[in-house]
Amino acid sequence: MRIFDPHIHMTSRTTDDYGRMAAAGVRAVVEPAFWLGQPRTNPGSFTDYFDSLLGWEPFRAAQFGIRHHATIALNPKEANDPRCRPVLDLIPRYLDKDTVVAVGEIGYDAMTPEEDEAFAVQLALAVDHELPALVHTPHRDKAQGVKRTLDVVRESGIHPGRVVVDHLNEVTVGDVHDTGCWMGFSIYPDTKMSPPRMVEILRSHGLDRMLVNSAADWGRSDPLLTRRTGEAMLAAGFSDDDVDRVLWRNPVEFYGQSGRLDVSETGDTGPLFEGSSILRGGS
Amino acid sequence: MDQNPWLTDAVARVADSPPAIVRLFAAAGRHTRPEEDGRTRLLLALPPETVPYWVDDLYRHGDAGEKLAILTALPALPLGAEAVPLLHDALRTNDTRLITAALGPYARHLDQHAWRHAVLKCVFIGVPLEKIDDLDRRADRELAAMVSALRAEREAAGRRLPDDARRLLDRIP
Repeated sequence: MRIFDPHIHMTSRTTDDYGRMAAAGVRAVVEPAFWLGQPRTNPGSFTDYFDSLLGWEPFRAAQFGIRHHATIALNPKEANDPRCRPVLDLIPRYLDKDTVVAVGEIGYDAMTPEEDEAFAVQLALAVDHELPALVHTPHRDKAQGVKRTLDVVRESGIHPGRVVVDHLNEVTVGDVHDTGCWMGFSIYPDTKMSPPRMVEILRSHGLDRMLVNSAADWGRSDPLLTRRTGEAMLAAGFSDDDVDRVLWRNPVEFYGQSGRLDVSETGDTGPLFEGSSILRGGS
Repeated sequence: MDQNPWLTDAVARVADSPPAIVRLFAAAGRHTRPEEDGRTRLLLALPPETVPYWVDDLYRHGDAGEKLAILTALPALPLGAEAVPLLHDALRTNDTRLITAALGPYARHLDQHAWRHAVLKCVFIGVPLEKIDDLDRRADRELAAMVSALRAEREAAGRRLPDDARRLLDRIP
């Protein structure tokens, strides 16, 4: 089973996790820029984070044969802090980078006017830079949040096929399905979505435009739940090809729209692989 | 001579307007093949007096691929010692690609203290020493003492120094 996790915050995961993910079949990941748990207070805090997503993290992933790409944005939660908003002026330069495959995570947290503005500005950046957009949906008041999200996406003029609306569930999937946007599901140990529920959604809504991710981060989460979902699909009678489509070909198709996705094998790292201080246990 | 129209056009645009290099340098990774040395060609298209400024700017704002391209291009560029701070930055990382690239011919501008520590770091994290430019001429007794001390630590822990580091010790008089 080859797996592309289209949304995972590896910055918050251990190097052991990379090893477990590689052993489970994960060969590519996309790490969206988001909140780190502790609120940031200035633009420099973002740029060091973005640099890590385009520097150290892909290097760390490559030690395990995993391709790492990123999405870059000011996230909705921190869009509300006026001290952080100047980072919006720094983001365009990041959107030209080779491993940036979308603008994200953008969208709503508490649905404030500040979030409205940051969301609209960054959808326009996605259009300008010919990048897809990864849209986070709020965990509170989600149904309303999704409706408002879809309105903003429509008004922005971005092609719906270049947008994924993430963190969906049984209640919100239908609205997104009808718009032509891609549908993202974050499989979590206790909350958002579980493998058996995901299988039921795939049964009722089909496999088109479906993206399954672990969204693993610094909270209670599990980077192997993509694999568990693939296994649940097989147990429920889906074919190997169906699993490959959901866990590999769909994310390749979505992020491939950036023109920058590279999912070739990382095998040519040569001495880097052997010589890595990571594999050598930080010798 | 150019097989790549994107690169031909990009080189012309940079020569005409140096700030154009910001977006073109970032995009060159996906529009050129590695053997075309696209990023080096863009840097060489800059008016020589602007090279120190742009090398610093592009490195500071670069992703890992851009940083690597700058470090690799340094020996070919019209520069004195202005770019040494970039070597220090690269040598602070644990990215073996950047560390290796920082120890090319341009590292002649690194002072001996920094250079010795860089070589020791290579031994420590397993970068092959054959990648270090001018190693045999520059290796001195102080470096030998540092590598020997590392060997003592490793052996006390029941571990071995990499073979290339052992051979280096044998070569230093």
